[in-house]
Amino acid sequence: MHMSDALLSPVVGGVLWGICATVIAVSAEKLKKDSDTAKIPLMGALGAFVFAAQMINFSIPGTGSSGHLGGAMLLSILLGPYAAFLVMVSILAVQALFFADGGILALGANIFNMGFYACFLAYPLLYRPIAGDGTRRGRVFTAAVTASIAGMTAGAFSVVIQTMLSGISSLPFGPFAAMMLPIHFAIGIVEGIVTGFVVLTVHSIDPGISISRPLVFSVKRRKKALVLIFAAAVLIGGLFSRFASNYPDGLEWAVAGVSGGVETESGESGFFAASSLLQERDTDNPETTVSGLIGGIITLIAIFLMGFFLKKRAGKASASRGGHAGN
Amino acid sequence: MPGIEDKLYSLSRFERLSLEDTPIHRIDPRVKIVLTLAFIITVTSYDKYAVAPLLPFAAFPVLFAAAANLPGTFLIRRLLIVSPFAVAVGIFNPLFDREILFSIGGLPISGGWASFVSILIRYSLCMSAALVLTATTGFYRICTSLQSMRIPPVLTMQLLLLYRYIFLLSDEALRLSRARTLRSFGAKAQGIKSTGLLLASLLLRTLQRARCIHEAMSARGLQLTLPQFENPVIKKSDLILAVFILTALALLRFFDLTGVVGGLISGALG
Repeated sequence: MHMSDALLSPVVGGVLWGICATVIAVSAEKLKKDSDTAKIPLMGALGAFVFAAQMINFSIPGTGSSGHLGGAMLLSILLGPYAAFLVMVSILAVQALFFADGGILALGANIFNMGFYACFLAYPLLYRPIAGDGTRRGRVFTAAVTASIAGMTAGAFSVVIQTMLSGISSLPFGPFAAMMLPIHFAIGIVEGIVTGFVVLTVHSIDPGISISRPLVFSVKRRKKALVLIFAAAVLIGGLFSRFASNYPDGLEWAVAGVSGGVETESGESGFFAASSLLQERDTDNPETTVSGLIGGIITLIAIFLMGFFLKKRAGKASASRGGHAGN
Repeated sequence: MPGIEDKLYSLSRFERLSLEDTPIHRIDPRVKIVLTLAFIITVTSYDKYAVAPLLPFAAFPVLFAAAANLPGTFLIRRLLIVSPFAVAVGIFNPLFDREILFSIGGLPISGGWASFVSILIRYSLCMSAALVLTATTGFYRICTSLQSMRIPPVLTMQLLLLYRYIFLLSDEALRLSRARTLRSFGAKAQGIKSTGLLLASLLLRTLQRARCIHEAMSARGLQLTLPQFENPVIKKSDLILAVFILTALALLRFFDLTGVVGGLISGALG
């Protein structure tokens, strides 16, 4: 559920960047005080572990789909919330820079959705109290599942909110939340279970390791299942859209109720109106739009032609320098 | 879903690309980071129906990639390989936003389709900018410049250690996963329980390794800041380039280039 640059407005992305920068600064400060140098390589290695573990898939019973490890809850359990948060930041940064997962503007949002909730809310408020001292299997499992569900759904809900506030997607709040939340609730359950397994296994093999709590997994469906779910979602979305224009959806309705039903011309209210006002510009008249489109395509062709020649020159230059064989 | 091999291959490919020596590679990493950010903010600042005005922005990643001699097919493949969340969400726009925005030769285009195409363009532009930054700078130089840009050393250290150990642990995960696949048929033995055991053993090896790393690092005088090899002063030529590109971004943002080009063309045709 990586939030993407393409769905974010600079304002929403920037605010989340700001929040995350503050939390990063606080976490770094806490770690400095900790002054336990053994934690530094441990953080690096565990970050890489989460990365590597995401590559090991498992099948989810009865669904024909497969899942893999997510990480934030496991890291919190092993390292404590501050170090875990920084490890999540580093993992998400690598994903944004190398794998086009999310994007640089969306990095703040992704850190917030996938790191903050798990490390600073689900772990201290749910996992710790439920798991207790971590010696009873049942409690560890319950804690892992509860905390994972909470972290996952909170993250998914914030994806919905961020998308709404940015106003790039036209998906109404109701159907979007109705799609995101149940899926992530289910993912949370599976994550919690696998987390519990891993922690308990490690603990039983090496009780010396200070693990009093479990790991997290995010589900990725197999391609076939993904396409099916996706087709179903589009279909359901299409059906919803017939009603969407006629009835205000949940949050709009709630906001309208609170704000005394102040409606804008576009039928939106409250903070959606405010956010869409930020986005909306008067639509150009059709003629200029079409000629703009023609101009855009021509410019694009010109750009690629220029790029092509530039690349040829760069290739020659590096070949004549006896450049690297990396290409 | 991209497999382990693909991810590892991609990482090492980036590493090799970043070792090339072109004018783009030689630009100060700090300048490149700031320019990439400015580019992404400019692109995302357009309203949701913007399609044509976004197209000229392709100039930046395309020309940078070309001048840096990056393989276009590799970058395009990386863009296509992730099934972006943005596309999954964007595909709903045509369903919910059916108001006709304009028509091309009698074909009416709804706001939803325009904004969906806009999302695809935004995705390609922002992601290719990030990929070009990484491929022309290299992770190590990104981290050292982040540190000189006041990012806490704990985080830059973490980024580098993570990057270093991804290769080692991914290899290990690859072996574990391959061995299990060879011993099982289809989805058998890939259940939650066996995976839990597998991950637990990987975790134990990781912890073991972290202990060794710490001992080795302590023996060599572990410091919590990265050594700075780069010149702390940004070169004049890089600053000039930065001003030039920022001006170009601002001009494109506030001056309707595509409208003018399109107007000229339709004027010439008509």
